[in-house]
Amino acid sequence: MAETNGNYNVIGTRPVRHDGVDKVTGRAIYGVDAHMPGMLWGQVLRSPHAHARILSIDTSRAEALDGVHAVMTAADIPDPGAGVAEANESGLQSKRYKSASLMARDKVLFEGHPIAAVAATNKHVAEEALALIDVEYELLPVVLDVREAMKPDAPLLLDDLHMDTGGELADQPSNVASRTIHEEGDIEAGFAAADRVFEGEYTMSMVHQGYIEPHNALAYWSADGHLRVECSSQGQFGIRSELADHLQWPISKINVFPSEIGGGFGGKTTIYLEPLAAVLSRKSGRPVKLTMSRSDILRATGPAPGGYAWVKIGITNEGRITAAQAMFAFEAGGYPGSAVGAACLCAFGPYKLTDFRIDGYDVVVNMPKSHAYRAPGAPQGEFAVDSLVDEICEEMGFDRLAFRAMNASEEGDLRANGTRYHCIGNHEVIEAARTSDHWQSAIGSAPGRTRGRGIASGFWMNGGGMSTAVAQLNSDGTVTLREGSVDIGGTRTSVAMQAAETLGIPVEDVDPIVPDTDSIAFTGVTGGSRVTFATGWAAIEAARDLRKKMVDGLADHWDVASDSIVADEDGTFRQNGETVSFKEAAGILDGDDLRLVGSATVVPEGSGNTFAIHIADVDVDLETGKVDVVRYTAIQDAGTAIYPPYVEGQMEGGVAQGIGWALTEEYVYDDEGHMRNVSLLDYRMPTTLDVPMIESIIVEVPNPGHPYGARGVGEVPIVPPLAAITNAIADATGARMRDLPASPPKVQAAIAALDS
Amino acid sequence: MHAISYAAPTTVADAVSILAEHGANARMLAGGTDLIVQVREKLRDTTVFVDAKHIPDLTQLTVNADGSATLGAAVPCHQIYGDDAIVAQYPALVDACRIIGSTGIQGRASVGGNLCNSGPAGDTIPPLIVHGAVANIAGANGERTLAVEDFCTGPSRNVLGDDELLVSLTLPKPADGSGSHYLRFIPRNEMDIAEVGAGAAVTLDGDTITAARVSIGAVAPTPLFVAAAGEALIGQTAGEAAYEVAANIARDAASPINDMRGTIAHRKHLSFVLTQRALRGAVARARGMEVGHGH
Repeated sequence: MAETNGNYNVIGTRPVRHDGVDKVTGRAIYGVDAHMPGMLWGQVLRSPHAHARILSIDTSRAEALDGVHAVMTAADIPDPGAGVAEANESGLQSKRYKSASLMARDKVLFEGHPIAAVAATNKHVAEEALALIDVEYELLPVVLDVREAMKPDAPLLLDDLHMDTGGELADQPSNVASRTIHEEGDIEAGFAAADRVFEGEYTMSMVHQGYIEPHNALAYWSADGHLRVECSSQGQFGIRSELADHLQWPISKINVFPSEIGGGFGGKTTIYLEPLAAVLSRKSGRPVKLTMSRSDILRATGPAPGGYAWVKIGITNEGRITAAQAMFAFEAGGYPGSAVGAACLCAFGPYKLTDFRIDGYDVVVNMPKSHAYRAPGAPQGEFAVDSLVDEICEEMGFDRLAFRAMNASEEGDLRANGTRYHCIGNHEVIEAARTSDHWQSAIGSAPGRTRGRGIASGFWMNGGGMSTAVAQLNSDGTVTLREGSVDIGGTRTSVAMQAAETLGIPVEDVDPIVPDTDSIAFTGVTGGSRVTFATGWAAIEAARDLRKKMVDGLADHWDVASDSIVADEDGTFRQNGETVSFKEAAGILDGDDLRLVGSATVVPEGSGNTFAIHIADVDVDLETGKVDVVRYTAIQDAGTAIYPPYVEGQMEGGVAQGIGWALTEEYVYDDEGHMRNVSLLDYRMPTTLDVPMIESIIVEVPNPGHPYGARGVGEVPIVPPLAAITNAIADATGARMRDLPASPPKVQAAIAALDS
Repeated sequence: MHAISYAAPTTVADAVSILAEHGANARMLAGGTDLIVQVREKLRDTTVFVDAKHIPDLTQLTVNADGSATLGAAVPCHQIYGDDAIVAQYPALVDACRIIGSTGIQGRASVGGNLCNSGPAGDTIPPLIVHGAVANIAGANGERTLAVEDFCTGPSRNVLGDDELLVSLTLPKPADGSGSHYLRFIPRNEMDIAEVGAGAAVTLDGDTITAARVSIGAVAPTPLFVAAAGEALIGQTAGEAAYEVAANIARDAASPINDMRGTIAHRKHLSFVLTQRALRGAVARARGMEVGHGH
C-alpha cells in the first residue's frame, strides 16, 4: 500500500528544476547545436508528389558537383530482407515498410517522402546538389480520406497489404491494414434494454505535435566501425535499436548521445534523419549533420491521425448506459500503424460498460505516416464519445457530472481490452470537478459574445517498462544520479526527488544526468507517461542499493554488524548511540577509499490508469464564428504528485495543445495531396493570446503499484479538451461541431444552419 | 552556390539606376519581413537587394503645411503609431500598423513594403485606400503618381515597372468631422493573416454622412476599393440601416476563393460583417469616441 502524501520530505515540494537555469539562460545544448570538426551538412531530396512510382533516380550530376562528398538513395540502406515480403505478417511487414518510409524504394506514398540525400561542405552546396538529382516519376491517383480509401475500388497504396483481423489476412489487398475488435457481453440485449439510443458521426483532421525544435541528427561513422550519433529524441536507446535494425549494424558499435530536447510529445519517439546521416557519414568518412525545416516537419513527420468515428450509446430513462458501440477508422498515413488501437481502448475508459463492441480500422492514405502524439488515439476517441455523452445529457436533461458519476468506471469494472480496473481515481476526479470554483461559479457573459460551458472526461492507460538508474555517492555527500530517460517534461527532477526522498537528503544534493547509451543500461523511451513512474522507481531502487552499501561500509568502519545500523528517513545513520549525517557518512566512507555506487534496472508493472475532467468556458462571436476560450479548469488524478509544478505544467500543456486541436489546427491538402499550410503561420497552433489562464486541480489517489504512489501524468490532459471545447460551443450556440477543427467558417455555418 | 548582392543607394536616382540595370532580378528591400522570407522559400528569385533605408525620401514621415502627410515607403509601422499627429488623422492606417505581425515585425515592416508586396490580404492597403492615399513613384522615365486603389494588379503583382520604385505615399488631410477604422478577421488572436479585412472612412455633418470610402481585403485578387458602398452612404443618417446597405454592397463586390485561410462562403459573409463593424468604428471615431484597434 502506498504511503499517503504529506508524509514526505521531498516528494510534493516545488524545487527549482535542475536543468531550469541552463534552459532559461540559453546555455542548454540542443541537438541543432551539435557540431564536430570536419563536419559536412546534409540535405534531403523529397518527393513533390503524394503518390507516384519512381521510374529512375540519377544522382551523377549531383555527385560531380564541387563540394559534394556523398550522395545516397534507398539503395544505400540495407535491404530489410528477402524473406520478409512473402511472410506478410504485421511485424515483419512493418519493418519493411519502415525502411521504405525512411527513403522511398519504388514508390512515394506522401508529399515529402525522402528520395535521396546529399552531404556537402555546406548547406548551400548540398541544396544546389539536390537540384541536380534527376528523378522520373509516374504519377498515381491519390487517396486522402479514410472512407474513400476503404472503398473496394480505391487506388491501392501498397499492393501487398492485406487487412489483418486478429492474425487472419484478407484474400484481396486493400488500403485497410488491420481491423481490431473489442467485444464483451451482449450489445443486442444491451441496446434492447435502453429507453433511448443515440448515435453520432465525427470526423477530425490530422494534427501535428508542434514541437518547436526541428528534427536533427549528427552522425560520425568512424574508420573502426563505431557509429556515434547525437540527436534530439525521446529515447537514445530507441534510436540505437532502430539504427541497428535499419543499418544491420551491431548494437555494441552504435552509441547515441541524447541532447536536450525542444519538445517531442511523442513525435520524437522514432527516427527520420539519423540513418541518413549515418549512411552519408559512412560514405564520406566525415561527420554529417542533418536538420529539418518547418515545412519538412509538417509535410513528412508523423502527425496524430485524423479520421472518422461513429458512436452509439443506449441509455435508460434514469441515465444509466446499457450498451455502447463505436467504430473508428484512422488515417495511418502512407504506411500502416495509426493509433486507432489505443482509441478503441480509451474512448469509453471513463464509463462503466458491460455490453460493448468497438471496431478499429487502420487505413493507409497518401499523407505522412502518422505517429505518436500525447495519449495517441485517446483524444480522437474521447472527442467522439464525450460529444455524444453531452448530447445525451442535453436531450435527456441529465446533469453532466451526475451522469458521469452514475456511469463512472471503478475498481473491478471491465476495460475495453477485457481486463479489469485496479484502484482508480475516477470518482474522486468527478467530485473534485463538482466542487471546483469553476463549476460552482456562474457562467458570466461578455458584450457581443455568447458564452457557453462544456465539460469532458479523459482516460489514459499509462505505461511501465524498463528503466535504469545509477546513484553514485560523492565524497562531499552529494549524489550523481545517472538515469536513462530523456527529460522532456521536468523528469530529471521528479526522478531525482524520489532518489532524494529515499536517501533522506535534499533534492539539490542529487545531480541528475541523462547519459549516452554506452554509459547506462537500457531504458525505454520517454513516452506513455512512464518516466516518473518507472525511472523514478529505478531511482528509488538505486538509492536503496546505495544506502545498503553505505550501511555495509559504515559497519566495516565501525566494526559492527550491518544490521545494528539504523538508516533513518532523514538520511542519518545511527548505531549504538552514535549518529552521523549523510554527508558525514560520505566523508567517512571516502576516507576508507569506498567509492560507492547503487544501481538498479527495473521493469515495473502496475503503472495505474489515470482520469481527468476538463471544464471550458468559451465566448462565441455569433456573427463570425470566432471562438475564444475564456476560462479553463483541468482536474486530474496524478496519484501522488511527485513534483507538483510539473504536474501542473503537463496539465497546462495538454490543454494548450488541445485548444489548437479543437479550434484551429488542421492539415490542408489540395486534390493532388500537396499540403498547403506548411508553415506555423498557416498551421495555426494557439498563441499565448489564444490560451486563457488554466486552473489546475491535482487529485491525489495514490497508485498502490508504486512505492510513492505515482501515476503517469503527461498524456491524459490532452484527452478531454477537444470535446470540452466543442461541448461549450454547443452550450453557447446550440451548434454541435462534429468535425474538427471547429474553425470559424464551420462554426459560423453551423450557427447559420440553426437559424434557417 | 547562389550569390546575392546588396546595394545601399542614398538617392532615389541611384536606386532607379540600379533597378534599371538589374531588371527583374533586383528588388527594393525595406524591412525585409516579406522579401527575405520569400527569397528563402524560393517564391521569388531576387539576386540584387536594394536597401531603401539609406534614402531620405523613403525614410521620412512628415505632416505637410497643407495638413496632408507624406509617408516614406520604408517607414516602419512602429514609427507610424508612435506619431501623435498621424494617429489623430489616420486612425484606420494606425489600426493596421498595430495588428500586423508581432511587435518585432512592426519595428521592421513598412507600409510601403506592404503595398509593394501587393498581397490581397495586406492589412495596410484598405486603410490607405479609404484615406485616399496616392502613391509617388519614381523610375527611369521620371516620376508619376497613382491612387493606391489602382496600384495592385493581382496577387503579388502591381503597376511598378522593373526600373520603378515606390518613393512615398501622400495621404490627404481628412475633413473636419472625419473618422476611420480598419479591422480584420483572423482565427487566432495574433500572428495571423487576415481571412478578410475591412476599412472605412466617413465624414459627418451632424448625423449625416457627407463622405465615405470603404475597402475590403483578402476577398479578391487585389484589395478592393468598394466605391459604391461609400457612395450609398452619402446623404444617409449614420446608423445601422445605412451600414447594412453598404455592407451588402461590399459582400456583393467580394469575389473570394477557398483556401487554407478561409472559405468563399465565410469570406463573403465576413465582408458584410466587417464592413458593418468598420463603419460603426469609423462613425464612432468621427464623433470623437474611442475605438480600440483589434481584429
